[in-house]
Parts: sequence; C-alpha cells; structure tokens
Amino acid sequence: MIDKIFFNFTRFSALLILVIVAWIFVVLFNHSLEAMHTFGLDFITKDEWAPNLNKFGAYAAILGSIISTTLAMLLAVPIAIGVAIFLSEIAHDKIKSFFGISVELLAAIPSVIYGMWGLFYFVPIIRDIFGGMGIGLLAAGIVLAIMILPFMAAVTRDAMNTTPDILKESAYALGGTQWDVIKDVIIPYAKAGIIGSLILALGRAIGETMAVTFVMGNVHKVPGSILDPTTSIPVTLANEFTEADSSLYFSSLFGLALTLLVMSFVVIAVAKFYFLRKARRA
Amino acid sequence: MTAVQKRILINRIALGFSTLSALIALAFLFWILGVLVMKGMSALNWSIFIYEGAPPGYDQSGLKHALVGQLILVSLATFIGVPLGILAGTYLSEYGKNSKLAHTIRDISDIMMSAPSIVIGAFVYAVIVMPMGHFSAYAGAIALAIIMIPIILRTTDDMLQLVPGTLREAAFALGAPKYKVIKDVVYRGAKAGILTGVLLGIARVGGETAPLLFTSFNDNFFTTDLNSAMPSLTVTMFNYAISPYEDWQQLGWAAAFILSMFILGLNILGRVILFAGKGK
Repeated sequence: MIDKIFFNFTRFSALLILVIVAWIFVVLFNHSLEAMHTFGLDFITKDEWAPNLNKFGAYAAILGSIISTTLAMLLAVPIAIGVAIFLSEIAHDKIKSFFGISVELLAAIPSVIYGMWGLFYFVPIIRDIFGGMGIGLLAAGIVLAIMILPFMAAVTRDAMNTTPDILKESAYALGGTQWDVIKDVIIPYAKAGIIGSLILALGRAIGETMAVTFVMGNVHKVPGSILDPTTSIPVTLANEFTEADSSLYFSSLFGLALTLLVMSFVVIAVAKFYFLRKARRA
Repeated sequence: MTAVQKRILINRIALGFSTLSALIALAFLFWILGVLVMKGMSALNWSIFIYEGAPPGYDQSGLKHALVGQLILVSLATFIGVPLGILAGTYLSEYGKNSKLAHTIRDISDIMMSAPSIVIGAFVYAVIVMPMGHFSAYAGAIALAIIMIPIILRTTDDMLQLVPGTLREAAFALGAPKYKVIKDVVYRGAKAGILTGVLLGIARVGGETAPLLFTSFNDNFFTTDLNSAMPSLTVTMFNYAISPYEDWQQLGWAAAFILSMFILGLNILGRVILFAGKGK
C-alpha cells in the first residue's frame, strides 16, 4: 500500500518534468499566436519594432542574438581550446588544481555580475579605443565570451582527457613532438566531444540574459557596425516585459521567448544527442 | 633549417600560444574577481544589513529588504523544488532504470538544465502572474524551482545509482518492501551525494536574475508578504547598477559581493560534503 503510494509519488514527480516542458512550449505558443496571425513571417523578417504603432518585427533582436553569440564564440573558442590544451598537456599538477579552483570561483559568480563588470569597466575601454558609445554588439560579445570561457575550457579539457594514454605514448614513441601528439592524436580522438562541448556552450550563450542586458543598449535597429547599440532576444524580454501594455505587444514578446527557446533547445539537443553521445560511445 | 628543427620550432610556437591563452583567460578572471572583491569590500558596512532601500542620496539606505527577500525566495524555491527533484530522481534510478520513459525524462531534463532561464520567467508570468493579476513571491519561487528541479533530479539519479545493488538485495532478502529499502538503505547510502546536489541546486538558482524580473519583480521596501512583489538581491543589484546614482551603484556592488560569497560558500560546502562522504 505505502509502496504503491511512494511509487506513484516518484513517478508523478518524474513525469512532471515532461509536463512542465510541454506546458512551457504550449503556453508560449498560445500566447504568441496573436502576433503570428497579425504579422506572419514579417515577425522575423522585419526590423520595425514600434510599440506605439503596434508594429513588431523581431529581425533586429534575432540578428542581435545571432551576431553577439557568434562574436562570443569567435573570441572564446580559440582561447578555450588553448586553455584546454594547456590544462591537459602542459601544466603541472599544482597549476592544474589552482586553475581548477579559479574556474570554480568564476562559475560561482552570478551572470548579472559579469554584466555589471562589463558596463563599468569594459565599456569605457571600448569607448576609448573605438569611440562611439561603447555599448553594443562588441561589448556584448566580449562579456559573453568571458562568461562562457570557464565552462567551455573545462568541458573541452574533459573531452581531451578521455584520450587513452597508450595512444599518446605510441605517438611519442614514433618521435612526435607534443604539438604533433595534440594535433594528430588528441584532437582527432576527442573531436566529437570537443565540438559537442563548444556547441553546448553556444546553447548557453544564446539564452544568457543578464550579462548582455547591461551592455547591449536595447535599441531596435539593425546595427551598422558591431560598435552600434542594438538588442537581442533576451535583452528585449528583460527590458520590455514589464512595460508591455497591449495584448499584441505581449504576444510579440511571447513570440520572442518561443523563438529563443526553440533556438537554444535545438542547439543544446544537437550538442548533447549528436556530438556528446557519439563521443561517449567512441 | 632541418625538418626536425622546424618541427621543434612549430611545437614551441603552438605550446606558447596555448600558454598565452591560459594567461589571457586567467588575467580576465582575476580582473573580474578583483573588481568584485575591491568594490564589494569597500561598499560593505553594517548599515547595509540594518536599513532597507531608500531613495538615492539618502544616508540610511541598505539592502535588508533584498537580503530577506532573497532568502525567502530561495527557501521557498528549495521547499518546492527539492522534494520534487529527489522523488523524480528516485523514480529514474529505482523504478524507471533503463526504460525508454526514464531515458526520455533524463534527456529532456538535461536540456532543461541549459535552457534560457528568462524563458522560464516568461512562462511563469503567463501561467501565474497573469491569472493572479500581480507579481508575487510565489511566482518567483516557482520559476526558481523549475530551474532547480533538473539539477537535483540529475544528481539524485546519479548518486542513487552509485549505491551497490547488493545492498538493496540484502534488504529485500530481509523482507523489506521497496519503499523501505529506498528510504532506509538507498537514501542512507547516497545521503552525502543527494545533499551535495541540493546545495549545488540552491547555489545555481541563488544567482538567477532573469526569471525573477517579471515574476517576483522588485520592491524597494521590506516585505514578507508572499503574495506581493518581493525584492531579491539579484534584481536589486540589476536596478541599482543601471541607475545613475553613485550610492545606489555602491549598494549594487555590495549586493554582488554578498551574493557571490554566499554562492561560493554553498559550492564549497557541497564539495566538502561529497569529499567527506567518499572518504568513509
């Protein structure tokens, strides 16, 4: 009797996860229907976002999300791979544990603090070097890159560490230098795991809100350069959700949320189920 | 230059770049940590814990409202999320095991772990704030709980699977029903691991801002009313930091420092418990 109750409790809790996820999709979809009916495809291809005129085109926000995460990836990927190589192949054990602790420290810092740091310390530097306002895609890309770097480096290192020592030793026995071993043995061996880790970090970067809200500018315009202030999906949501005053406005914001959820869901699923699963099987 | 010398040179250059990137990464990390500690320490004083929010320029302003609000929100989220997460993890490890359903739940929950938290805020806004007609601490706590569940589910599932099957069999052989085996043998064996998962889950949601922006919203005054908007450290930090007032920005840094220390403490505690548990 109690056995049955306990079993049902656990099953209920487990199923609740599926219910919540499905519910999230359904709710976001239902609430964005009005915007979809009103604008159709224009919602994602037009960049005019004018709440006073009841016109909502999310092109600038979607573009902003894509460009800022692309920038972040361009900056973070080479450094993360470099750090991972350093940690798995070059550093001594003491440096490794010191680095490990630093990464833990950074992972503990809430993302809103990265945003504050970016706004007060990094934006002025960009302003001094490149002129303009300082806030914009470049600042957002850099802050995002710094934020995902520890996570990215840690998972890439883990992927590289899966290479069996015996493979590396055989390559050294053939007279390979450390770099030869890294590029011809470790990277080919851990390729799927490394790509999976990088894409997983990308999935996190797309949805990151607080780190970029400070430094993006929230201007609904397709930027002329990466130095112009613009917006992204999470930035728009964070800034405008509590200000929305018409049902169409709300519906458009829910449309943005749905777009963001679908984007990150797809990216994360590809990373986890294609690359990382392949890596585990190998 | 011979071929060997060339390869050695390339090796040096490549390893040099890799070391350089590690140094670059470390420099940024210390820059951020340094700013956080310096700014946070200089803004810390006792009045922060005594006074609540005040208009800019006012001497007696502090963060009491946000500190208490944060504690309430996170406790409430823990209260909702932890039992559900542990029970769901129990189902996966003890009942579902390798069934298709269990794998689907694991996969979906894994994706949820990295899903954008602001979207969860939007969802909670639609299903709780809209029908209620106003922001509330309940809504904020539920949003946090939704983020917490996948983390606790995952660690519980992993930790319960570490408990050896022979222990369960021994208990079954004594005639114990399954729930008793789980409660008295499996849970007891995985206690440290589950606790670590809970602490990491709390640490994770403690730093969340985005899902609170339009669920618990914010308030500049002290409140314990769960049915009204409730201030949190993170949202207060956000509002204060983007304000043009120097003293509010100072308070924002103090909040950032306190929150980071709190989260770091939870992380360390979680690891210590796990480590001590393994030592036995």
